[in-house]
Parts: sequence; structure tokens; C-alpha cells
Amino acid sequence: MLVSFLHRAVMQGIPLLYGSTGEILTEKSGNLNLGIPGIMYVGGISGVIGAFIYENSLENKADANGFLAIIIPLLSCLLGSLIMGLIYSFLTTTLRANQNVTGLALTTFGVGFGNFFGGSLIKITGSAVPSITLTVTSSFYSKTLPFASKLGWFGEVFLNYSFLAYFAIICAVVVSIVLNKTRVGLSLRAVGENPATADAAGINVNKNKYFATCIGSMIAGLGGLYYVMDYATGIWSNDAFGDRGWLAIALVIFTVWRPNLSIFGSILFGGLYIVHNYLNDIVPNMTMSKQEIIKIAPYLVTIIVLIAISTRKKRETQPPASLGLSYFREER
Amino acid sequence: MAVPAIELKGITKTFGHVVANENVDLVVNRGEILSILGENGSGKTTLMNMISGIYYPDEGHIFIDGKEVTISSPKDALDLKIGMIHQHFKLVDVFNATQNIVLGINEGKFDIKASTAKIKETCEKYGFEIDMNKKIYEMSVSEKQTVEIVKAIYKGADILILDEPTAVLTPQETQKLFNVLRKMREDGKSIIIITHKLHEVLEISDRVSVLRKGKYIGTINTADADEAILTEMMVGEKINLDIERSTPHDSVDRLVVKGVDLYNKEGVQVLHDISFTAKSGEILGIAGISGSGQRELLEAIAGLQKISGGEILYNNPKTEKVEDLKDKTPLQIRNLGVRLSFVPEDRLGMGLVGNMDIVDNMMLRSYRKGKGVFLERKKPKQLADKIIEDLQVVTPDTKTPVRRLSGGNVQKVLVGREIASSPTVLMAAYPVRGLDINSSYTIYNLLNEQKEKGVAVIFVGEDLDVLIDLCDRILVICGGRVTGIVNGREAKKEEIGLLMTKGYKAGGEADA
Amino acid sequence: MRKEKTREPLIHIAKRDVLPTWQSWLIRIGSIAAALIFCAVIIVLLTGENPISIYATMIKGAIGTSRRVWSMLQNVAMLLCVSLAVTPAFKMKFWNIGAEGQVLIGGLATTACMILLGNSLPTYLLIPLIFVASMLAGAVWALIPAVFKAIWNTNETLFTLMMNYIAIQIVSYFAYVWSVPKGSGAIGVINGTTHNGWLPDIFGQKYLINILIVALLTVLVYIYLKYSKHGYEISVVGESENTAKYIGINVKKVIIRTMLVSGALCGVAGVLLVSGTDHTLTKDTAAGRGFTAIIVSWLAKFNPIYMVLTSLLIVFLQKGAVEIASVFELNDSFSDIITGIIIFFIIGSEFFINYKIKFNKKEENA
Repeated sequence: MLVSFLHRAVMQGIPLLYGSTGEILTEKSGNLNLGIPGIMYVGGISGVIGAFIYENSLENKADANGFLAIIIPLLSCLLGSLIMGLIYSFLTTTLRANQNVTGLALTTFGVGFGNFFGGSLIKITGSAVPSITLTVTSSFYSKTLPFASKLGWFGEVFLNYSFLAYFAIICAVVVSIVLNKTRVGLSLRAVGENPATADAAGINVNKNKYFATCIGSMIAGLGGLYYVMDYATGIWSNDAFGDRGWLAIALVIFTVWRPNLSIFGSILFGGLYIVHNYLNDIVPNMTMSKQEIIKIAPYLVTIIVLIAISTRKKRETQPPASLGLSYFREER
Repeated sequence: MAVPAIELKGITKTFGHVVANENVDLVVNRGEILSILGENGSGKTTLMNMISGIYYPDEGHIFIDGKEVTISSPKDALDLKIGMIHQHFKLVDVFNATQNIVLGINEGKFDIKASTAKIKETCEKYGFEIDMNKKIYEMSVSEKQTVEIVKAIYKGADILILDEPTAVLTPQETQKLFNVLRKMREDGKSIIIITHKLHEVLEISDRVSVLRKGKYIGTINTADADEAILTEMMVGEKINLDIERSTPHDSVDRLVVKGVDLYNKEGVQVLHDISFTAKSGEILGIAGISGSGQRELLEAIAGLQKISGGEILYNNPKTEKVEDLKDKTPLQIRNLGVRLSFVPEDRLGMGLVGNMDIVDNMMLRSYRKGKGVFLERKKPKQLADKIIEDLQVVTPDTKTPVRRLSGGNVQKVLVGREIASSPTVLMAAYPVRGLDINSSYTIYNLLNEQKEKGVAVIFVGEDLDVLIDLCDRILVICGGRVTGIVNGREAKKEEIGLLMTKGYKAGGEADA
Repeated sequence: MRKEKTREPLIHIAKRDVLPTWQSWLIRIGSIAAALIFCAVIIVLLTGENPISIYATMIKGAIGTSRRVWSMLQNVAMLLCVSLAVTPAFKMKFWNIGAEGQVLIGGLATTACMILLGNSLPTYLLIPLIFVASMLAGAVWALIPAVFKAIWNTNETLFTLMMNYIAIQIVSYFAYVWSVPKGSGAIGVINGTTHNGWLPDIFGQKYLINILIVALLTVLVYIYLKYSKHGYEISVVGESENTAKYIGINVKKVIIRTMLVSGALCGVAGVLLVSGTDHTLTKDTAAGRGFTAIIVSWLAKFNPIYMVLTSLLIVFLQKGAVEIASVFELNDSFSDIITGIIIFFIIGSEFFINYKIKFNKKEENA
């Protein structure tokens, strides 16, 4: 049972990992993008639209080409989330709009966008249940490593995932390396910490903010894609993605802005998200109501971390110093 | 003659209606150290910011090696091998020295270790000592400055601009810095150094250029200069301002400041053993280069900054009691019955609220009056009308947000409010900065009126002509220490100028 | 050789001094008009209908029948109520995005009173008790992040955000505890037969009392912010902490006190939603109003009177877009898209109010 719990925890954690990796990258440039939940919706639905178009273009579903089935939803997901990132960047960086208000508006827009196209597609298919099923595409997305099943518990816990799951971990590692070990990352962090200094050092502040926010959005968007194509086995129903986007933002704080910690943090949060399903067998009288209480855990630990970093004032664990602020060179 | 490394012609820059630089020319040669000298607000930093790409000039031309260039961003400046060490360091606190130095440089493979080694070579060449792995927030001010200089050199700067580099250094550290600068000069680099300290100017530079009130005054070879000549160029001829000044009468000690020490947020001591007395019915001027501790001193008296030593005593004329204002909040001070008014330097950021209208700004001091939960706007409105009429404030009405008013009118509103509460002590920091002549005279007259009413007025100023003509006594401070107290009626401009720039004398002359 | 640079920067952005009020409103109205045109283009592309008939549909959807008018007014009242609640904190530059949670906790207190005391207390005691309990609950929920902000400067945006989800889970917990039938996870209509603890109908209108209460609150909040000493202190702290210290305001105290007020007002919104509208509680009771309210309040420049207009605008758009969606067989969520786009335009337009763009003339000898 522990094995299946860990497996499910990882599956739950992957969308959070994508979301938090994307948000960390964004926040490191000084942009507090509260639009992440919306972006993840858009990422998911854009992938669904891509998959839907592809599946409907097939005369016979058995002819599906694995490469196309993967690449079309993937590209449309990236395109959708990129556009969201561009909207946010244009408003907050170029037009210097308030980041909180822009982010919240983006979330309203993104969730609406997801549900609108989700709903429209459901209507087009004339489905009896309020969901779209894209089993053909999904089957390619949820392919796991072929030898996983032969390796017992080890295979189940470590190998039995689809490529997007591994890609999430790769993304987190790559973002972590880029931020800490490369020139690009150094410049980016400088922009988030002290844009005036970065500017004086000849770094293009706006370009960095755009870059980080757009790449961050695309990474976060993949979380939506993973959720619908693998976790939900190709079934999109409106609002099913739930509050995972906000949980991803919580994860950013929980891991004190470090994507490599996010890998474990996301699994922990994923586990906390579903642990109530597994407690039935261990804890007597595990009622539905108690399960709801247990779901508080990820938010509560995030608050504790937030308080801890603010009381300890250790410089390395603080949010990027200019987080949430616009930069204007001639400010006097 | 060789082509100058950098030449400025007719540079003008304005901010809103404030002219920061007007038609400034400047020449810097290769392998020389040029000092730029000027009082506060003479536009030195603004001028340098235009060379380093922070500001863009409204008019004028910049030539590097004889070629006209456009510097529209810091990046352009770097490409032209211009490096600037700002007064407020441009460093990322959570990065270490190496990370800060390599920031923004593109030099092939990114390898912090290799860069560290390369930076160390540079350091050895010029004799810098820094721990490359230390984080900036753990560094002392002088270490931070070293990082800034190494950064500029490492980026290949041939023209190095230092904005008041010695202001934050001890004498020993200053000597070290000067040794480095000399080595760089031998290397053929051009160095521009902004400073107020005349002895340093004479010690380090080859030539000196002087700015006064945004205008270029002239350049002389250091060899031909001495402190007196430089002071005269900097402060200009004594101009008679015709401010009426009455003789103080019935003066009593109102505010006695004894041995005050104060440390700022960064833990740097900004006030050293400050002692003076402000008497009723006279104007006490405070002269000094900006940043010598004037702001902290006034804020300490007003209860906005905590002092670490000494005492601030107030003789209450009503109760005849002596109150110690140390460790009191502004509200506690008020509740003691101390009638202290304060016109701070930052008018719209501290003294007034820019987005509020005149009436609401009138209430800042008085809104607590009355028992109810609601505001009483009638009296503030009357006060606003009175101030507008008495001081001839130009405003459409009392409902206009004060930030829409011009600088002079903003100041009239602020000073008007502060004297309306009939204070016994009135402190004013740079009350005429940025004001036109007429508004300035309105303010002088107001201060004089207060003086005649028996108020102890403390006036922090930058224009020595004004200080000499307005004040009864002038306290001169330098580097957070009292360097002298002079009689306003007898003082010479040069005398004060020297006290302001010379540094403190052993023993001090703080007893007034 | 170094690259020769003789070009002038083509565009130069500078901060504006101040724009006259009428001009800044012209820009804002212009941006809404531009947004509506932009949306019309999208709608035309999606439906192929002519835009005028679409906007006609929209108006009809929002205020076409008296039932719709009432429903719209009710929705405006609810959104406005939450917006009023968040405003004092925002005016102080305290980014409270936890109104959603504060409303829910208020609603939870209402529900608790209705369920636990509904049959034992007479109405004239029960209703005041509901208000007191809910305001207290909302205030406590807002107090927690405020205290941490005041003492340790803990980031309030992230803190209040997390508090939302804790509130949602607590509500979900009680939804099971009090569920009817047991174990369904839904509370269902509370006191459906006795109507104990329900806010009464006035003149036969179900929502009128909510609307009246919110109208009263609008006036009260307006007066509180504009004419009370507290409101004055809030403005000073929000505009400049330095000024606040200069005149001796205890900033920490003001932060805590203001968040108590904000939270208590959210508690009122909870009462109106549970006791005055739904007569039940779910985790969706607040329906995202806690977030939309931030936009409403910000668009109105924190002025309660303007907020009536901005909340009206947003609810009108939502209702209208829902109607468009149903008439043209689109999806309900279409309204969120339209709202989002219009908000993007308005937020973007602020740039042109605060900054001016100078186009440099090319130099002749360049």
C-alpha cells in the first residue's frame, strides 16, 4: 500500500512541480505572478484543444501516430501558456501595472478560458457526461517506462511514470542549475533582487523579466497538460483541476524559492493532498470530514514556513527583494 | 594636445521645473584624476549620472576620445568603458563579491572559479584585499566600495567615476583608496572623483572642476590651488541678501543637546558627541555638507530616531520643568506639552501627504484633537484659507492635492502648518531648497517672525549667504561632529566653508 | 573598434507630473470602449452575429426582466460588500487577498448559529447574534496575518492567500459534519421549513434586505474612510509610512485595527451570503468574490462610491456575457473571458495616466 501511495503522491505532485518551477523562475525575476492557476488551466485546455483537433482529423483512431499525438497537444499547450505569460509581462513590465491585480485578473481569465473551451468542446462532442475524453492521445502521454512493471516496488515507485513526469523533474533540475550556476541565472536573480543594480551592470531588465515570465508560464502550463493527459487519463471536465495552481504557489514559499527542493516538496504536497484516501486503513474512524481537515496540511505548513523565514530574517531564504515591484530607471 | 578621454559640451538636464545642470562643459584627460567640487545640489551627481547612462541629457553633447557618442543606458556607458561607483552602491546583497563583479559581463564560458582567480589577479595588481566568497550583506561599507571599484576595473573601465567615495571611509581606508587611484592613474586610466573634502581634493587630484548651482564655474590645476581659492570658487562671492535681522532679546536656553551619539540602520555612527543649545528668540543655523548628520540630528530631536548616548533637554516655558526627550516617540513628546514643530527635508515624503488636499494636510498635526471618532475639518479649513491668504499660496482651491502645487507653494503650506501650532521650538531642514526668490523670502520672513515671538528656531541650510544673513549663531558640523559655532553677524563665508570641509579639529569647539 | 552610436533613443518614457482628473477618466473610459470593441470582434468571430445585436443581448441579459434586475442588484450588492471589506486594508497598502477565506469563515459562523441555535433562540436574538459571531469570525481570520505583518513584516499577500484554503477546508469539514443527509458532504438548505435565522423578506422582495444593508455599509465605509480619524490614519499610513511616523501614528496598531475592520466586514458578507441569500454553506459560497473584489476596489481607486459603479460594471458584464453565451450557445465561462479582457484593458490604461511617452525628433545630422 505504501508503494501505491508513493506512486499516487508523485502523480499528484507533478502538476505542482511544474507550477512551482515555473513560478519560481518567474518570481526570481521579481514578478509575483498570481496568474499561475489561470495559466495552468490554459496550458491544460490548449493541450486538450490540440489533441481534440488531432483526434478528429483521424479517420480511424487506430491510425494515430505517436509523434503527432504528442507534439500537437504539447505545442498548443506551450503556445497557450506563452500567450498568457506575454499578457502578464506586457501589462506588468512594459505598462508597469500592479502585479497582484494583473495576476488575479489573469487567473479569472485563464480559468474562464479553460472552462469556456472545455464546455464548448463538450457541447461539440454532444457527450452525455460533462467531460471530453481523449483516450487516444492520452494513451501516448501516459506510456510509462516499459520495464517498470518487471521491477516490483522499485519499478512502481521510481519508474512507472510517463515522460512528462520525468520531464518535470528535469525541468526543475535544469531551472535550478540555470538559476544558480549560469550567467543567465545570475543576471536573472540580480534583476529580481535589485533591478537598478542589474540595469547599471548593463543587464536588460525588461528582457529578463519577459524571458523568465514567459518561460515560467510555459513550464507551468505543462503542469496543466500533464494533469489532463496523464493524471486524468485524457478526460477534461471543467474545474477538475481545482486549486492546484494555488498549491503550486504555496510550494514556491515552502521550498524557499528553490526548484530542486520543489521536487521533494511537490511529492510531499502531493502526498498530503491524497493521504486522506490512505488513512482509512490505518486510522480507525477515518471519516470524510476528517479527511477535509487533513487537506489543510499543505497550506498550514506553508504558513509556518512563511512565518519562519520572516522571523529568522536569514537573507538566503527571503523572497527576491524586488518581488512585486515595477522598475522604472528614472525614478527619483 | 592629446584628445581628451571625455568631453562634455553644453549639457543641460531638468527635472520637472528644477534645473539640475545648465550648460555644463567638462574635460577629462587620459591618466589624470579630476576632482569635481561643489556644494549640495550643485548638480555633480546628476552630471555624472548622465555620463554613466542613468539619466539622459535634455541638451548637449558628449565626446569620448573625440567622437560624439550617445549614452542612453548604463550598457552604452559600459561599452564605452565608463564605470561609475555610485554613492549608494549598486550591489546585490545576497550575492558574493565574485557574483557581483561578473554580473552582466559576457566572457565566454561561465565559470565562477576561473573568474574568481582572474579577479584576484586584478586585485593583486592594484592592492585590493577582499574575500571573494563573502556575501555583500556581511561586508563593511569599505569592503562594499572595494567590490564596486574592482567591478568597474574588471569590466574594463578606462574612465572611472567615484561619487563621494570617501564620505563613508575612515582616514586609513581613504589613504588605501587613494593609493589605488594613483596606481590606476599610472595605468593611464581617467578618474573623476566627487568630493567635498578640500584637503582630499588637493591631495589626490591633478585638476579640479567646480560646479555651483548647476552651472560650470571653472577648472584649475591643483598645483595652483589652495583651500581658500577652492572655497571661494565653490561658494562664490558673498552676496548680500538684505534679510532683515533683529537682535535677540530675553533669550533663554530652550533646547539643550548634550553629547548625542547616534547610529544609523547600517550600524554606522552618524552623530558623534553633538552638543549645542538652542535659545528662545534666536535663529540657530546648522551648516554642513549634506549627509553630515543634519537630518539625523533633527529627527533625533523630533523623536523619530533613537539616540544611543547623550541627552536632549527641553525647558518648558509654561511649567518651568525640564523634560528629557530621549527615547520618546513623537506622540509622547507632544503629550509632555513640548511644542516642537519640524519642517523636514522631505516635504512630500514626510512633512506632507502629496495625494491629500491642503485641508487634510493641515490636519496631520491636529486631527487627534476633540473627543469624537470623526474628523473636524472646519478649523483646518479655516487654517488652510488663512495660510493661502497670508502666505499667498498659489492654488486653485483648498481641495487641490498638494503634490500638484509648485515647490514653493508646497513649502508654504508645510511651514504655515508647522508655525500654526504656535511652537516654542521650530526646526526647519533646507526650507528654501528648490524655491524661487520670492518664496524663499516669504520663508525667511516667517522664520524671523517666529524668532521675534520668542521661538527657538533651528535652521538647517545649504546656502552660506542665507545662513550668514539670517542666523544669529551658526553651528557647523562635519562628518557628524560639531566643528565650530560661529556668530552669524561676524562670520566669514570662507571660515564656515573651511569648517564644513576640513574635518573635525581635535578636542572640538562644541561649547557655545 | 567600438561600435559607433549616434542614434538617439527613439522613445523615451517619463513620469507624468499629474494629469487632470477629467483626462485620466477619459483615458479609463476610452480603455473600456476599446475593450468592448475588442470583445465585440472576438464575439463576432465566434458567433458570426453582428456586434450590435450582441450588445443588445447583453443588456437584455443583465436587465431584461425585473427578475434579472433584482438578481443583478443582488450580485452587485454581494460583490460590493466584499469590495468594501477589502478597501480599508488596500488603502493602507496591505495586500489582503484573503477576503475569500474571511467571507467563508464569516459564513461558517452564520451557519453554526443557524444550525446550532436556530431552534432555541428567538429571531430577535438570533439575527443579531449571527451578525456578531460572523463579524468576529471574519475579524479573527484577518487578524492572524495582520499580527504577523505588524510584528515581523511577514508577506501578507502570500499569508492571506494560504488562509483562504485553510478556510475552504474547514468549511468542507463542517459540510460533512452538518451534512443532510449524513455523509453527503452538503449542508443543504438550513432550517428550510422554519426559516430560523434567515434574513427576512422586505416588501416581498427576497434580496432587498441584502441590498439595503450593503447600501448602508457603502455609506458607512465611505464615511469611515473619509470623515473618521481612523480613516484618516489609514490614508496617511497608506500614502507614506514616513509621514505617519513623523506625526506619531503607531503604524502597527493601525495595521491590526484596519485588518480587524476588513475582516469584520467580510464577516458581514458571509452573513448576507448564507443567511440572506443561499441559506446554505458550501466551499464555493464566496464564489471568487474575494478576488474579484480586489479588482473592483482597485479600479475604483478605493473610493466606495466609485465602487458601486465598478462592481456594477463587472456584474453587468458577467450577467450580459452569460446571456450571450446562452443565446449563442456558448459556454457560461465566456463571461470570465470578457471580464478578464476588459480588466486587462483598464489596468493597461493606467500606464498612460502615470507616464508619458516622448518621441524624440531625429537629429538632422545623425
